[in-house]
Amino acid sequence: MEKSIKRYWPVFVLPTMVAFVIGFIVPFVEGIYLSFCEFTTIKDAEFVGVKNYIAAFQDANFLGAFKFTTVFAIVTLIFVNVLAFLVALALTQNLKGKDIFRTVFFMPNLIGGIVLGYVWQLIFDAIFQKFDTALKLDETLGFWGLVILVCWQQVGYMMIIYIAGLQAIPVDIMEAAMIDGATKTQRLFKITIPNMMPAITICTFLTITNSFKLFDQNLALTGGEPLHKTEMVALNIYDTFYGRVGFEGIGQAKAVVFFIVVVAIGLLQLKVTQEKEVQQ
Amino acid sequence: MKKKFAVLGLATAMMLSMFTGCSDSDGGQTVSDGGDKTSEATDDGASKDSGEKGSVYYLNFKPEADAQWQELAEIYTEETGVEVTVVTAASGQYETTLKSEMGKSDAPTLFQVNGPVGLASWTDYCADLSGTEVYNQLSSEDFALKDGDKVAGIGYVIESYGIIYNKKLLSEAGYSEADITNFADLKKVAEDITARSAELGFSAFTSAGMDGSSDWRFKTHLANLPIYYEYKADGINNTDAIKGSYLDNYRQIWDLYVNNSTTDPKQLSVKTGDDAVAEFVMGKGVFYQNGTWAYSDVKEIGDENLGMLPIYIGGEGEENQGLCTGTENYWCVNAKASEADIKATQDFMAWLATNEVAVKAMCGSTGAMPSGADGMGFVTPFKSVLESDNLLVNIASKYVADGKTPVSWNFTTMPSENWKNEVGSALTVYAADQTDANWDLVKAAFVDGWASEVAAAQN
Repeated sequence: MEKSIKRYWPVFVLPTMVAFVIGFIVPFVEGIYLSFCEFTTIKDAEFVGVKNYIAAFQDANFLGAFKFTTVFAIVTLIFVNVLAFLVALALTQNLKGKDIFRTVFFMPNLIGGIVLGYVWQLIFDAIFQKFDTALKLDETLGFWGLVILVCWQQVGYMMIIYIAGLQAIPVDIMEAAMIDGATKTQRLFKITIPNMMPAITICTFLTITNSFKLFDQNLALTGGEPLHKTEMVALNIYDTFYGRVGFEGIGQAKAVVFFIVVVAIGLLQLKVTQEKEVQQ
Repeated sequence: MKKKFAVLGLATAMMLSMFTGCSDSDGGQTVSDGGDKTSEATDDGASKDSGEKGSVYYLNFKPEADAQWQELAEIYTEETGVEVTVVTAASGQYETTLKSEMGKSDAPTLFQVNGPVGLASWTDYCADLSGTEVYNQLSSEDFALKDGDKVAGIGYVIESYGIIYNKKLLSEAGYSEADITNFADLKKVAEDITARSAELGFSAFTSAGMDGSSDWRFKTHLANLPIYYEYKADGINNTDAIKGSYLDNYRQIWDLYVNNSTTDPKQLSVKTGDDAVAEFVMGKGVFYQNGTWAYSDVKEIGDENLGMLPIYIGGEGEENQGLCTGTENYWCVNAKASEADIKATQDFMAWLATNEVAVKAMCGSTGAMPSGADGMGFVTPFKSVLESDNLLVNIASKYVADGKTPVSWNFTTMPSENWKNEVGSALTVYAADQTDANWDLVKAAFVDGWASEVAAAQN
């Protein structure tokens, strides 16, 4: 069996490879090429050099969106992971009905972003109406509205990963620590968390990239109002692409810049957290 | 050895099924909204035919008329044997859909642009239509979209908008249409209704919602009026730098809308188009700014209760102002399509403008389709146009017959979608907190934004 796999691996790899090339490599390379072009449809692209990149960096809204997105990513990184970890801890204790609670916490993740955005907009605005304001009028409200929405949606997903991590910690280490007289806090910080590092790596990676790429929720909840102050990078790119005649190339250039930034941050974060992982 | 063949065979089968899977879904996509006919059928059977006759692919803008277009396409194919595919873009997604469809090898042969600004991005794709039959069918050259000498687009539906009002409620408040002939009158009536709204049980205006489903009524349609008066005063019909000479008028009509409505101005950002319709139909507001296309939404309150007023903003000579009438729907023929397809498309357009069945389908409403379904209810700019049974359309025609001057649709010269969005955001902020500083945001978006958007587009 092993032998034939060795001999025929190209046959097995080919279908996936073809799909990967068609679905990813080709559009990706074409996308980078288009960021140096002026075009209406992708067929009649005309090469213009770095002009698009210059225009992209001159756009104050784009830089503002980057700032907003960064702050948002940091805040959600902390909130989502801390909450998810706490919920995971609670739901690995001997609680009655913990399976039901796990399901309940996970469910918001199954709802699409646009729907979530509109539902939360209704909820928030019904509340803000009492205080004579609205979500789209105040950037601070918009920011925290987005944070709450994203926490609500993603805590359940990260919780599942943390639960898996918690359950993988060998019981004997815990018992040994208890016998040695470690307190609950000591056990959490000296044993549980170090042993959880692989799960933490994955969860922080997912939350950071998710927050950077956030689009539907942003579009549906605040739409960037008021005056672009709650606009995130993905939404800014979308608006650039479709908002003006002849700006397709600039939108494309912004998308490439955005891609590089997200990849760089993702890799950096992976490196930092992976260094902290321990061998069991 | 046998095993090897089995493995190979399996792998080949998997790949084959994958490729056929691809082509299936491709075929499905091109005709996803295209009715019964599939393009695959023509690929195999009628490829020779379509080579000589050409075929038509119409990317339709109006979702509300999708069923009618599908039916017309079928009838045309039966009559002439020319394949017509109609695909309808989702509401608000026309540019997006057009951009991606134009990138395909089977690009639309018939599409539409919304005016000079839309034309700027598609000008290379627009074939010259001068001298074609459909151009000759236009009742006035004004309805052709020209790019220099080239006829780039043919308008196919004329629409009007203004302030739709509820006659019954207006008379309950003690007024009639004759009492409102300028902005001062409108203001007096609206403010009087607001003062007595608790006693009357309704407000003057329906909510001026700034949700995406409704904000175009104000950032685009209402903004047309200050632009119209400025163009008129300066004797121009387009500009690279708007002066904003009538922005004070824009402010006073906007103030009137938001401060005399069913809704607290702070809550406007979440109000939708449906909210305004519901308020109007349920008799919570007397005035509702919208156009002839909204007739089916508001006809529930009864034709005898429906009226329409021009949008008065206090411009000079507004006693003679009529409704805002124009078109932002221009048919364009894809210049990059094959000769045969271009010819077929032009024939199809001529057929639409002249054939009895097609004209009835486009202009008629109840039961106008051969299948008995409702027609599209358009007022077309063609010589063949039929009298409409859309009450709002007839009100609009009456204004013209009474010698009122229709306000042209100058919002087609707005420099970009982005400009409209910026004005809309600023209007929302201003409505919530009506200070001069916030109005300066609107001014900046309107005047400075115009210049910078024009500069950006030319860059």
